[in-house]
Amino acid sequence: MKNHVWRPLFVVIAIVIGILLFRAFYVPADFGSHDQGYTFGYHRLGNEQEWKDYPEKYKGNDYCNECHDDMIEELESAGHSTIPCENCHGAAFDHPDDPEKLSIDRSRELCIRCHAKLTMPSSGRNDIPGIDPAQHNKGEECSECHNPHNPSLEDM
Amino acid sequence: MVEQVAQMVVHGEAWTIKDLFVLPNEYVYWSIQIVMYPYMTGLVAGAFVLSSLYHVFNVERLKEIARYALVFSFALLPVAMMPLMLHLMQPLRGIHVLMTPHFTSAISAFGIVFMTYACIVAAEIWFVYRKFIVESVHRLNNKQDRSGLESLLLPIYKVISLGAMDISKEALDSDHKAVKFLAALGIPVACFLHGYAGFIFGSVKANALWMTPLMPVIFICSAVVSGIALCIVSYYIFMEIRKWAAKRGKNWLLPDALAQGGTAIPVEQLRSIQEHEVKMTSKYLLIFMTAAITLEILDMIFRGYTAVKSWDALRMVIYEHDFMKIFVYQYGLGNFLPFLLLLVPGLSTRRAVIASILVLFGVFMMRWNVVIGGQAFSLTFAGFMEYHLPIIPHDIETFKEGLGGMLSVIFAPFIIFYFLNMIFPAFMSDDEAH
Amino acid sequence: MKRRDFLKNTAVFVAGASVSVSALDFITPKELFAANPQLKWGFLVDTHKCVGCGFCVKACKTENDIPFEANVTRTWVERYVIKKDGDVVMDSPKGARDGFTTKLLDQNHSGMTLVPENEIAQAFFVPKLCNHCTTPACVQVCPVGATYQTADGVVLVDRSWCIGCGYCIMGCPYGVRFFHPVEHVADKCTFCYHRISKGGDTACAQACPFDARQIGNLKDPNDPVAQAVLNQRVGVLRDEYGTKPNVYYIGLNKEVR
Repeated sequence: MKNHVWRPLFVVIAIVIGILLFRAFYVPADFGSHDQGYTFGYHRLGNEQEWKDYPEKYKGNDYCNECHDDMIEELESAGHSTIPCENCHGAAFDHPDDPEKLSIDRSRELCIRCHAKLTMPSSGRNDIPGIDPAQHNKGEECSECHNPHNPSLEDM
Repeated sequence: MVEQVAQMVVHGEAWTIKDLFVLPNEYVYWSIQIVMYPYMTGLVAGAFVLSSLYHVFNVERLKEIARYALVFSFALLPVAMMPLMLHLMQPLRGIHVLMTPHFTSAISAFGIVFMTYACIVAAEIWFVYRKFIVESVHRLNNKQDRSGLESLLLPIYKVISLGAMDISKEALDSDHKAVKFLAALGIPVACFLHGYAGFIFGSVKANALWMTPLMPVIFICSAVVSGIALCIVSYYIFMEIRKWAAKRGKNWLLPDALAQGGTAIPVEQLRSIQEHEVKMTSKYLLIFMTAAITLEILDMIFRGYTAVKSWDALRMVIYEHDFMKIFVYQYGLGNFLPFLLLLVPGLSTRRAVIASILVLFGVFMMRWNVVIGGQAFSLTFAGFMEYHLPIIPHDIETFKEGLGGMLSVIFAPFIIFYFLNMIFPAFMSDDEAH
Repeated sequence: MKRRDFLKNTAVFVAGASVSVSALDFITPKELFAANPQLKWGFLVDTHKCVGCGFCVKACKTENDIPFEANVTRTWVERYVIKKDGDVVMDSPKGARDGFTTKLLDQNHSGMTLVPENEIAQAFFVPKLCNHCTTPACVQVCPVGATYQTADGVVLVDRSWCIGCGYCIMGCPYGVRFFHPVEHVADKCTFCYHRISKGGDTACAQACPFDARQIGNLKDPNDPVAQAVLNQRVGVLRDEYGTKPNVYYIGLNKEVR
């Protein structure tokens, strides 16, 4: 065969080499099959740490307890003690640095998440005292009558 | 508030209508561009297979259309990639498929298979047109007053000649052998390119409609069908244009040098070439159509007969929601009507072209019904999703994944072909090369 | 160099070399466990305890910066109402980010529907989240290695590497993946990797007032989640897909999809 027949092949080889060179420079060094093998673990290792460093927003009751231990202690026996503080008081973020003050959600919509009466025979929902939001003191905030921390009217 | 909402558009929400119980994150994520993707790769593969019928199997009757199909297939190539780029949420990172391919994924091979295929087609064109390229270099070099276009073409020809200026008889013979080899190599690669597009869908185990091992084979058959049909239709149109121009003493779609070089073809000859090629090609269309329809119906019968858990939801989609799209548009208008048109004796050019247009529509509907139909039901099998093609775009996303994006993809190959034809004249008469 | 160190280094080198050679091998899950035998995250959902308040969904959206208004979510709660005639009606309005506050069931395009009280045989809530499968379909289909499984069994997405093709969204049999409306890459539950790897709880589990959600180490025999998985009758979702989910459900019903 004549020499010229191979020229397209040389062009292809040059392209492949070009791509491989670019790849060597472009792909991060920590990219590869790690502990989980090629099928499930082919990734950039550094990304695991990036996810670990993702900022936390919810800090948990223990964090609240660091300053507001008086409140936490007081509420331990109250009706709503199982509800984490941040569910109503909002995620702490870096409170009290940022934000200085948390905005408390006292809305009716928050309360009826649990206390709207539904017919759920095989669910824990049935054991929670429920009201029909369309009937029960329509338009008023629940906190006007009920103490959000201990909502039972008999206890008040 | 409105501004805030506009900033965080949930991908898919603009064109998905949910009914009954659909999971919160479920939308039609793969929309029109993913319909266009297998459609366009199918056209590439089909056009190439058509050209190979002449080069490999020496089907002399397809001589004229074979060269055209080869160049047109090369014009379609970059367009096959276009829908994917328009679909990606991070188009600039598309290169990652080549950088860190994860071969357990069907998509990962795209970059490599696509480039291999592109190289094969480019090399084949190079060998087919090498004599022409060398002659053009000499001709343009010797010409004193080069026009603007010609001064642009000269360096292009010089570069793509790759310095191989030998056009002796032995050199051309080895070109001929190389064309034959590349055309033969190209067939399995073209089938692989498209068969694996079918595998992309067929291997999604989460999708009840897509998951079938028949998918790659169905895709290959319908690819060849649609590729041949597009070649017939576009060849017919270009020949009509040439006839129209020839009547006015012009020779369009050929470079000036050839057109004025005394090889101008009279209208009558153009007509007879056109008629001959279109009719011959439609015979091959018929053969591949039979295979494609058989497989598709086999798949449908099998699903109904085995009736696994997903069948209730699939039946709802196939026989109720998408009845028109599947049985009227795809099978009726797109398969059986052209089948009849091609079978009835006394085939005329016009009838062959009408049948081919219907076939193109039918294959498009088949892609639509697979891609969109596969997302028409929820993973729960208890709800449905309807896709509404965005017609009037109100942001970049609804343009890309709407009618605008679809039309750009459809017209792009013709624009590319127009320019490609200036370098590699697809309608060059046969004695110019192989 | 001590002999033990030498052997260790040699073993590491040989293992590393063979990993690169066998890069194209399909590694079985059993081999994977050997890599990190101490820690494998698992999740336990007690459907009896869930009351459908949706605090978990709200907490998740806040914690992980998923826009509250966007109709996509990393975790959600479904309501199942099974009628006495066997029909099942389900809904999950906006993924239950505002909880379930009405008896009307949201049927999307078909509107709201009410199941009369006397027709209800059972009704319950089922929280859903990423199953962090042992053999995740989404990871298998990612063309660029942007989503992966960590050694402790959590499936994550590399936001700087994802090309946004959506193949993983299509590949997931549980519908937990979506395109992040701001980041424009595939997104999903991370088991709050940033919290659990510091010894904390996931945001959803912490927000649950009824302990319906718990995260734990399936490899630790004293872990409450591991004990429940071992000693109680638990189920997983859609095991027919062979993904081997790591989210276990107490009180799973056949109607749950």
